[in-house]
Amino acid sequence: MLLNASGCLDALTAPDVARSLDAFVTKTVTPEAREGNAPVRIAETDVGMLNSIGLANPGIDRFLSRMLPQLAKLGIPIWVSVGGFAADEYAELCSRLDDEADVAAIELNVSCPNVESPAQTAAQIVATARLATRKPLWAKLSPAVPDIAEVACAARNAGADGLSLVNTIRGLKLDDRTLEPALGPGAGGLSGPALKPIALAAVHACYRATELPIVGMGGVSTGRDVLDFVAAGALHVALGTVLFADPDAPTRIRGELATELEGRDLRDLGEAHALAHGSLLAASAT
Amino acid sequence: MRRERRSVVGNEKVGPYTLLRVDRGGLEPGIPGQFFMLETPGHLLPRPMSLCLAPAGELGFLIDPIGPGTRALCTLEPGDTLVILGPLGNGFRLDVERPLLVGGGIGVAPLPYLSEALGRPPAVLGFRSDWHAEAAALVPGAQTCVEPTLVTELIPKELDVLACGPAPMLEAVRRIAPDAQLAWEAPMACGYGACYGCAVEIGGELKRLCVEGPVLHAA
Repeated sequence: MLLNASGCLDALTAPDVARSLDAFVTKTVTPEAREGNAPVRIAETDVGMLNSIGLANPGIDRFLSRMLPQLAKLGIPIWVSVGGFAADEYAELCSRLDDEADVAAIELNVSCPNVESPAQTAAQIVATARLATRKPLWAKLSPAVPDIAEVACAARNAGADGLSLVNTIRGLKLDDRTLEPALGPGAGGLSGPALKPIALAAVHACYRATELPIVGMGGVSTGRDVLDFVAAGALHVALGTVLFADPDAPTRIRGELATELEGRDLRDLGEAHALAHGSLLAASAT
Repeated sequence: MRRERRSVVGNEKVGPYTLLRVDRGGLEPGIPGQFFMLETPGHLLPRPMSLCLAPAGELGFLIDPIGPGTRALCTLEPGDTLVILGPLGNGFRLDVERPLLVGGGIGVAPLPYLSEALGRPPAVLGFRSDWHAEAAALVPGAQTCVEPTLVTELIPKELDVLACGPAPMLEAVRRIAPDAQLAWEAPMACGYGACYGCAVEIGGELKRLCVEGPVLHAA
């Protein structure tokens, strides 16, 4: 399944792009409305882009009353990304979404690099949210930890149904002329090609450690990138920064992926799943 | 919005700026003040450019080589291709009785096409040097000034102002002509509302300039 990464597409301003995906993931919704961070909010680097949007969103009330009914009309599954500043805020958001038939899944954004982190660990947030909803819960993790597989195992043990890997990683760019930070808030989240090897390593490690379903993301811009993530253990793949440069990316990437599979005598993407673990699994069996 | 790979058909220097002309293909020129995202050689993200000229079968963009991306765009030569997305955003409202075009620096970019659409109304343009002011030739009948004279000193009362330029100029224009239509700019990654990168404060709220603008009307 091909999705968008949270915060990388507005399905209501670009419904055709959303419909070219298999599911739409919303921008992170918080309990209260948030304006987001002060401009400048984006900057390009040699190998990716930095953003510091700061979870701009209308808040859960307006999301439920105004946006969700419109999103439901798109005709594709809607995943709602939620974020907060304490575990009970995540639980409140999950509880509000629990009865919404139009919500296919909830992604817990426990890893935004542009806002203050909650005091609780990812696992504590998952455990608290788990009590508040029966919806599938996907934990979106940061790669900026010593051992992401350990975090993933803790999230699984706390009740996560799946993992979204990975969020952006904090980076800084300085303005050419002033040598001051290019982004208003200073540092921002690095996405794009630079993130791909980091994300791929995270997917690979977390698949081996948890065998949970994984949405892989980070620098995906071609069919080959999708194949890499699936081979590393991802069940689904999400597109992020590539959507900014190319709103036609979902269709293009599907075409490239078909060619990749054909060239490798793979019947479908399922046959490629976790192929990167083949030799490792064989080695561990002997 | 439409996205097509188009060919460069012309690259001309206009003072420090470059007028990049591409064949139009199936792309609509849109309303003056709307913009396009131009694929930028060697860069991850496209760059937003308002349409400067729309001669038959072509689209013309006036580019200020201010950073690595815009410098790369200025090196494109006839025969090179680039992917173009657009037209995007909201342009100028053309139902004005006594239009006056006001431009500052590279903010002159959308005014030639706007001048055509409005039947060559009066225009006042400000530049930082005589070299920059060579771009005034693109706007028929424009009155030009060079720093230290500011373009805002040339704005007569009682006209319907349509302006594009740096933010301090637009703020000054708004003080003189509160009902002016102002075309703003901000860094953009996508141009179609996806990235939330181009947020600016509008009426006390942060809004996406690509979707709500780039031309903003008086509240």
